[in-house]
Amino acid sequence: MARRILPGLSLTLGITLMYVAIIVVLPLGALIFKAASLGPEDYWRIVSSERATASYRVTILCALAATLFNLVFGMALAWVIVRYRFPGRRFIDALVDLPFALPTAVAGIALTTLFASNGWFGAPLAAIGIKVAYTPLGIIIAMAFTSLPFIVRTVQPVLEELDPALEEAGQTLGASDLEIFLRVILPQLAPALLAGLSLSFARSLGEFGAIIFIAGNQPFDTEITALLAFIRLEEYDYPASAAIASVMLIAAFTMLAITNLLQARALRYTVKG
Amino acid sequence: MKIRLDTVVKTFDTFRAVHGVSLDIESGELVALLGPSGSGKTTILRMVAGLEFPDGGAIYFGDENATDIEVRHRGVGFVFQHYALFPHMTVGENIAFGMKVSKTKRSGSEISERVAHLLRLVQLEGLEDRFPAQISGGQRQRVALARALAVDPKVLLLDEPFGALDANVRRDLRRWLRKIHDELGITTLFVTHDQAEALDLADRVVILDKGRIVQTGTPEEVCRAPASAFVMNFLGDANRLKVTVSDEKAQIHNVTFEAPDIADGPAELYFRPADVTWREDGHGIQATIARVIDRPDSRRVLALTVDGQSIEFDAAPEFPFRAETRGFVDIRRPRVYPA
Repeated sequence: MARRILPGLSLTLGITLMYVAIIVVLPLGALIFKAASLGPEDYWRIVSSERATASYRVTILCALAATLFNLVFGMALAWVIVRYRFPGRRFIDALVDLPFALPTAVAGIALTTLFASNGWFGAPLAAIGIKVAYTPLGIIIAMAFTSLPFIVRTVQPVLEELDPALEEAGQTLGASDLEIFLRVILPQLAPALLAGLSLSFARSLGEFGAIIFIAGNQPFDTEITALLAFIRLEEYDYPASAAIASVMLIAAFTMLAITNLLQARALRYTVKG
Repeated sequence: MKIRLDTVVKTFDTFRAVHGVSLDIESGELVALLGPSGSGKTTILRMVAGLEFPDGGAIYFGDENATDIEVRHRGVGFVFQHYALFPHMTVGENIAFGMKVSKTKRSGSEISERVAHLLRLVQLEGLEDRFPAQISGGQRQRVALARALAVDPKVLLLDEPFGALDANVRRDLRRWLRKIHDELGITTLFVTHDQAEALDLADRVVILDKGRIVQTGTPEEVCRAPASAFVMNFLGDANRLKVTVSDEKAQIHNVTFEAPDIADGPAELYFRPADVTWREDGHGIQATIARVIDRPDSRRVLALTVDGQSIEFDAAPEFPFRAETRGFVDIRRPRVYPA
């Protein structure tokens, strides 16, 4: 092997590989191994059961809604934090990370208390006929709450690095503010937005603690896939639990692969040559 | 388009960047705003563009008061110091941007025709599908110019247009920009801190210091008759000797120089290193050579006067003297300014 200038390759690579093997590959391997212990017919019966498919639908639709909400709100939040100077800016900036730091179960209980039909938010909403707790809307709110930081924290550094001269150039060329946002700013935020969206979506798919308190957990209606896997686990039906979990795993991998492809496309202009 | 600035003032927080600057730029003229950093030259350019608004005074485009017109309606082409090309758009898309967002709608074929024409003008045919990251600095500069010209600006404004380029590329681009200006005849104002660039390119040079205009004139006027010691220093190497003036005569070591309109008392004598002849005896200020530095086309001589003031001058490559030689410095074209 050629001599290297940077020392420590074998040590750091060894630690990394060991970590990946023990913390990532082993549990996932066990999951697939367990799921594979079912025959193909049993596997298909479990993952395509009506209750399971209903849970996929609830999880995916709610995660999509939460991610779309975060796309708009998270971008606005990042924009405000980066672009403007106002009292309390640093406080808001720090507050963004709260969902990361807070145990999700605590968030779930707090959200349930607020949105229950006698809660601070739930009571006025109930008065105009909107029920949040124990409905899919509650799931969406819990998902949006826990995954918001992903969008803000991926978009924020890219916004900070954007050269203000680009916007000025757009103005001197006669573009309106909206045209500058759509044609100059947004395309440059796109890769970061995609990364934030996929992380936010993945987190929403996998969220458990915050949701189970507010969701009501009615099968076919407000039962998420992660909870269904947990229920099967509680019933000591490990292979069925693993089978359902494997569906989530496949969904997560597929989505990450698609995001990476889209990102590479959005970043093609940075390739030298 | 004629541009007129009328006692324009600009203050940032507590720092006054521009102090009541008035300036007329004739239609079709190529004018350089020249000054050290912090002299307010870029602020003036940005106010003409509409990227900053003055706190006082007015800016006229022709007869129209443009002071409060927004940048996007002002009809200026602006070339930014670091080009500010849109990194996610190809060269062609960058140039087409202004036409695409314009209120005067053009068809797709009209736009691509004009893009091709502008690419020919800036000599970048064949690069239209490259991204800015894939071309050189000089090419980016030309793309930025083509993009600014695409919207048919009434005025072209350039902020340190060649600041970030290699010396050779700079010289070529200067000549090329002058040629384009002569072809298009568009009123052009550019900012630079490089006096060689300003003198090389501009019809008229406006020299700024601390937010005020200190001299305006053709390159010949400012070079031959610098209005102050600052201009003299800023335009090129200059020697400075302390002298005493009485009766409009400046005196140093028994040598006298004309000093018209200078008050009696201490003053400063300035002269260029090229305006010196070394004499072994006779006429001039007595001095001793301290060091000789060789350059490809000349020798630079460092000398000290009897009272320890230093003088630098250029001599022919054949200049035979060494350090410690005593002699006399004979000065041509001396200029005396108040101390």
